[in-house]
This record gives sequence, C-alpha cells and structure tokens, in this order.
Amino acid sequence: MWRHFAPAAAFLALGGLFAFALMRIGQGRLDVHEIRSPLLGRPAPTFVLPSVTDPSRLVDTKALAGRMYVVNVWGTWCGGCREEHSALMAIAHSTTVPIIGIDWKDDGQQARLYLAQLGNPYQQVAADRDGRVAIDWGVYGAPETFLVSSSGVVLEKQVGPLSEALWAEKFGRYLQGEGGS
Amino acid sequence: MIPELGTLSLIIALLLSAAQSFFGLAGAHRNRLSWMQVVTPAVAGVWVFVALSFGILTYSFITNDFSVGYVAGNSNSALPLVYRIAAVWGAHEGSLLLWILILSTWALLVAGLSSSLPVAFRARVLGVLGLIGLGFMSFTLLTSSPFTRLLPAAADGADLNPILQDPALAIHPPMLYMGYVGTSVAFSFAVAAMLAGRIDAGWARWTRPWTVAAWMCLTCGIALGSWWAYYELGWGGWWFWDAVENASFMPWLASTALIHSLAVTEKRGLFRSWTLLLAIFAFSLSLLGTFLVRSGILVSVHSFASDPARGLYILALLMFFIVGSLTLYAFRAPSLKGGGGFELVSRESFLLLNNALLVAAALLILVGTLWPLAMDAFNLGKISVGPPYFNMVFLVPALPLVMLLGIGMHAGWKRASLQTFRRKLLAIAGVAGVLALATALIGFGSFGVPLTVLGFAAGCFVMGSALIEPVQQWRRGQGLPRAALGMAIAHFGVGMFVIGVTGVASYKIEKDVGLAAGDSATVAGYTFKFLGTQPVSGPNYEAIEGRVAVSRGATPVTELATQKRTYRVQQNPMTHAGIDVAWNRDLFVALGDELGADKWSLRLQYKPLVRYIWLGALVAAIGGLVAILDRRYRVRRTTAVPAAAPGSASTVA
Repeated sequence: MWRHFAPAAAFLALGGLFAFALMRIGQGRLDVHEIRSPLLGRPAPTFVLPSVTDPSRLVDTKALAGRMYVVNVWGTWCGGCREEHSALMAIAHSTTVPIIGIDWKDDGQQARLYLAQLGNPYQQVAADRDGRVAIDWGVYGAPETFLVSSSGVVLEKQVGPLSEALWAEKFGRYLQGEGGS
Repeated sequence: MIPELGTLSLIIALLLSAAQSFFGLAGAHRNRLSWMQVVTPAVAGVWVFVALSFGILTYSFITNDFSVGYVAGNSNSALPLVYRIAAVWGAHEGSLLLWILILSTWALLVAGLSSSLPVAFRARVLGVLGLIGLGFMSFTLLTSSPFTRLLPAAADGADLNPILQDPALAIHPPMLYMGYVGTSVAFSFAVAAMLAGRIDAGWARWTRPWTVAAWMCLTCGIALGSWWAYYELGWGGWWFWDAVENASFMPWLASTALIHSLAVTEKRGLFRSWTLLLAIFAFSLSLLGTFLVRSGILVSVHSFASDPARGLYILALLMFFIVGSLTLYAFRAPSLKGGGGFELVSRESFLLLNNALLVAAALLILVGTLWPLAMDAFNLGKISVGPPYFNMVFLVPALPLVMLLGIGMHAGWKRASLQTFRRKLLAIAGVAGVLALATALIGFGSFGVPLTVLGFAAGCFVMGSALIEPVQQWRRGQGLPRAALGMAIAHFGVGMFVIGVTGVASYKIEKDVGLAAGDSATVAGYTFKFLGTQPVSGPNYEAIEGRVAVSRGATPVTELATQKRTYRVQQNPMTHAGIDVAWNRDLFVALGDELGADKWSLRLQYKPLVRYIWLGALVAAIGGLVAILDRRYRVRRTTAVPAAAPGSASTVA
C-alpha cells in the first residue's frame, strides 16, 4: 500500500525544494541571476590539462605563476562564446596579459576547427573534457572569464559574453602597468 | 472604464468556475442530478466571461490604451497591429489570461462533445477542470492582473520585446498553451475516474482523443518554437536544452507515453494504474513548466519577470493538484490489479518498453534541469548542466526507442508472431541500410559522425515500416481505419525527424567569415558573394541589411538578405537571418558585426536536411489529427450510455 504513495512523496519533496528556494530568493539570500563567486579574492584553482591545439602537450597553470593571466571558459557548443569571440580576439591583440582558454566538455576536433575558422585568441587552450576543472572554478555556464593576479588570486569574474566595453569596465582597472588594457 | 470591465468579467468567470467545480464535484458525490445539470451552463458562462475579459485586453492593446500598465509595458503606438494583438500574450499577465482562455475553451469542448458520457463522470471531469480554472483565475486576479491602471497614463508604450515580434513567435505561445493546458483534460478524466472508483477501458477510450489533441498542439508548439529559434536567434541551432525548452519537452514526453499506454488500457485493460499515473504526470509536468517560467526560479531566456510571491502562489496550486491527485491515486491503485497477461513478445511489451524509455528520458531531463537549482538552494555551489549532458541522456533512450518502434508497430496484442511481417521487416531493414549508406556516402560523401549511418538507417526503417500497412490495404483496395492510418502517419513523421536530426548533426557546416563587399567565401560547394550593406527601416526599427549572392559553380542559386535590426524603443539588436530553402538543405546567412574597413563578419551555414526536423513534427501532428477523427470515437460515443450503465456507481441518468 505505502509504495503507492511514492509518487506523491516525490512531488512533495520537489515542492519542498521549490518552497525553500523561493523563500531564500524572497529573503535575498539566493539570487539565481547573480552568480556570486566564492573564488573572488581567493587563490585560483590550479590545473594541468592536455592542450587542445597540440594534444601531446600539457597546459599547466604553474608555468604562469608570477604573472597576471586571464582564464576564459568556452565551448564550441556555446552560443555566447561565439558572440564574445571577436571581443576576445580584440582583447588578445590589445593586451599582453595571456588568455588561457578552458575548452569545456567539448570535442577536440571541433574545437580546433572553431579556432582555425574564428581565430585563436588564447595563448594556450586546455581541454577539460569531463568538466572537472570547470567545477573547481565554479563555472555556472559558458562563457565565463576570470582574471588572476600575479600572486595567483582571482581578482574579477565575468559570467556571460564579454565585450570590449565590459572588459575595460570590469577588468581595466587591474591592468594598469600590465602592458596596456 | 473598459479595462475595469475586464477585471469584472474575470471576477464573474471566477465565481462561475467556483459554481462549476462545486456543483460538478458535489453533485456527482451526492448524486444530485439537478446540481449536475448546472455544470454545463456554468462552463459556457465561464467561457463567455473569460473571452470577454480577453477581448477587452485585446481592445486595450488595439486602441493603444497606455493608461493600462500592462499595455504601456508591452506595446507601442508604432507597433504593427498584428503584433499589438500578439502582445496581449507577450508577458506574464496577459499570457496567464490566454492560459485561462484556453483552459475554458478545452472545458467548453469537453462539455459540448461529451454529452454521451455518464452524467456523473462528466460532471466530475468538468468539476475538476473548474477547480483548475478557479486556481488560475484567483492567481491572476490576486497577483497578476493585466488590467491594473497606470496613472498618469504613459505617453507611449515601452514596446513589445523585439524577439517576440515575429509571426512564428506570435502563434508559438497559443499553440504551446493549447498543448500544456490540454493535458488538464486527460488529468481531469483520470481524477474523475479515480473519484468514481471506476477505471476501465471506457475511461481510456474517452481520454484518448483528448490526449492526442493536446499532444498534437504541444508538438506543433514546440516545433514552432524550435523553428523560430533557428532563424531568429541568428546562429542556426534548433534546440538548446534551455530550462524552459525542457519544461515544454517533459510534458511532451509524458503525453507521448500516455497516448501509448492508453492504447494498452483501452484494448487490453492493462497498465491501468500506470496510465493513471502518466495522466497525472503529464499535467504535473505542464504545471511545473508554468511554475518554472513564472517564478523566476530558473535562469532562462524565456523567464518572465520574477516575483517570489507569484512563485509561492503557483507552487501552492501546483502542490494542491499534483499531491492531491497522487494521494487519491495512492488510495485507488491497490484495487487496480492487472487483467490478462501477455507474452514476452507482444505489442504490450513493446509499448511497455516505449513507456519506460520515454519516462526515463523525461526523468533524466528533469534531473538535469533542476539539479543546478537544488545545488544552489542548499549552498552547495553553482553548477551548470549543459547540452552535452542532455544530448547524452536523450540519445541513450531515444535510439532504442526509434529502433524498436519500427518492429513494435507490427506486433500483435497478447502474443505476437512477427512471422507475417518478418520478411517485409527484414526487406525494409535491408533497404534502409542500403539507403542510409547511399545517403551518407553518395549524398554527403562521408560516413559522418559515428552514429550517422545508424541514424539514417533507423529513420528509413521507421518510415518504411510505417508504410507497410497503408500500402498493403491500399493494394487490396481497402481503406485503413483512421486510427491505424493516423498512427502510420505519425510514425512516418518520427522517421523524417530522425533523418533530419541525423543529417544536420552529421553534415552541417558553419563558417564565420569577415567579408568586404565583393569578397566571397565557399561553404559546401556554394559560393557566397557579399554584395555589401545598406540601411533600411521598418515600422519600429532601423536595420542594416546585408545582401549575399549565392551560386554553385557558374549557376546562380539565390540572393539572400540578412538584417541586423535595432528596435527604436528597446534598442536591442536582433539578427534576421537570410535562408534559402531546398528539399535537401538550407543555406543560412546571418549578418554579424562590422569589423571596420567596410568588412563585416558573416555567419554562413550549410544545414543539410534540417527542414525534416520540423516537417517530421508537423507530419506527426497530422497523424494525431487523423487518429482523432477515427469513427469509433464518434460511433461509440452515441452508444456509450447504455453500455456503461450496469453496475456503475457513477451513472445517474
């Protein structure tokens, strides 16, 4: 008899979750739109991943220690990434800060094709096939862009497509003395 | 004054709904014929006043009455008339009113077309529909009235969101809502049957055409949305696994499962508790979709303005209907022991597999859609579940589903011997395999991705298999019953869809190029020559139009125009793609950004067989329509009353 109550119980639990989420939204303790990053001001996660452009090589963030760099999470399946691509290209040209790409849950072949067609703004591109590294970075959805300081701390984060204006507004102030913005 | 009449009509409709549900449910419970006779006029009254209320809101839009807050927020005097009408359902409040209008229309149809149902059963069905209407009307009046005044009135309106200013998107919501809300009919039939304690083949037969009708609308609505996204969002995809797309897809999967399990319940009296559960699930998932879109709980391009108070109200409604009906189910289910058995190889087993796979797909999509929210709510971090997850969890059940479909269609009830069809099926499988290889190698010149040949073969096999019976009957000079013909057509559509998806996924070519006027680029053997841009202006937007001449070798194919529009009021840029359609491929051109020095970025795409995705959906929906017109729904309807009377606690007349 009790097993017939299982569907009702399951939906009741689901309702509980929704009520809880709505309550927290109401109290301002949960904002599904604003993506807070617990990473801001904290040391950036390190990673070693195979390179997309040359699968025999590895991309290792340790090699970047001591300098400021940008991490951009993208995928060929992601529309917003295409949207921001021309901005990334322009940013790569205008600054000396290296942009490290994390190609998220993607197919290497497609990624190489994408970069060959649209241009490659990245100094290095890492293949995060199973998405483990993206989880370390707290990635909510591609594209996301992080700025890491020379001391290895996450300074700023952009969720969603980047534009040159957004870049100047959010990231520009950290870039003084880093070889232009 | 006129908008206030809109509120008043809605209040009257609310009161009539209360009467409809009270006299329907209490009348059947207490067996009072006079109470139950009130229900039909109440249903008609509800419809009249809801329609009046909807008409008044439409009138306010047509006459640009910017003293109504909702009109001022979603229209503009420069907006063309057709979009002023479509703007009625362009945002939360008005679309809720449309939801209610469609619900009361379904109720009116049920009342009008079910005069042969047992009186008490019919009263209960309409009573439950009235209860749903009551819930949503009170929600509208208390939290989301579209008639609220804006004083002083705005000088002009803030305009309709530009992405909604499109013919396909103007009819996408009504179509989708007809499907969503249509699942409430199957739900009401299920609840009425459970209240009466009589769940039998008759119940399944009455429910079937309504479920198919709702499914048809849902299919068309989803296909329209997908088609719109393809040409309007400017990057040529046709499905994005957006949270709200998923919210419409889950009820579709559940109603597809329901249609099939209803067949078993009607023909064999089996799966009764499962069928009830599916009827509840299909409607629950529709309500869940409504909740997800309107509560602001998920991040999506579709979200309406979010408001936790509204969210809580719909959540309460949702829980009342879902948990209430499922609790009723828990009390009734133990008495529903299955009737006869069936062999391992039988139509029943195939349909059971169909149901298991469809429900598995729906559940996996549900988990993927809600998981990020659950993690977030409990502070476990923000995660994202992207298309790779959904493609995977959908493909895994869908592939066996399609392959079994071709065989299952011909399995007999109880115990199938596929002997009669074995040779034909093998022949068709062989032909499908050859056709698939030929399409891949000769048509497109490569094996494509790993599943390409399998996809083409499965699609061809399903299409061929669907044709067996119609062709056989036609050669014998006999007609096929409409239900069987409808099934064949619908499954043929599924095959077309599979071929379309396979073609696009395997052979699409997308190329982003920077071109100056006079430059050209080549994609899939087609040469795209950029002819330059010119400014154009529409009724409420300015645009830059790029023209591209397409040729193949020396033969000109077409000239395409693509626009980048900026709407005057809201200032959002919108891309309008130029598309050349042919039976075997689309050529797609979308204008991107100006790169300087007169160069423009252009997205050029070659989309083989993409049309078959939407054509397949349309054919499947037509199959549904044909099935609804089957004679037995009409003939038996007139004889149902005496047949249902003996031993029935629910029959009064």
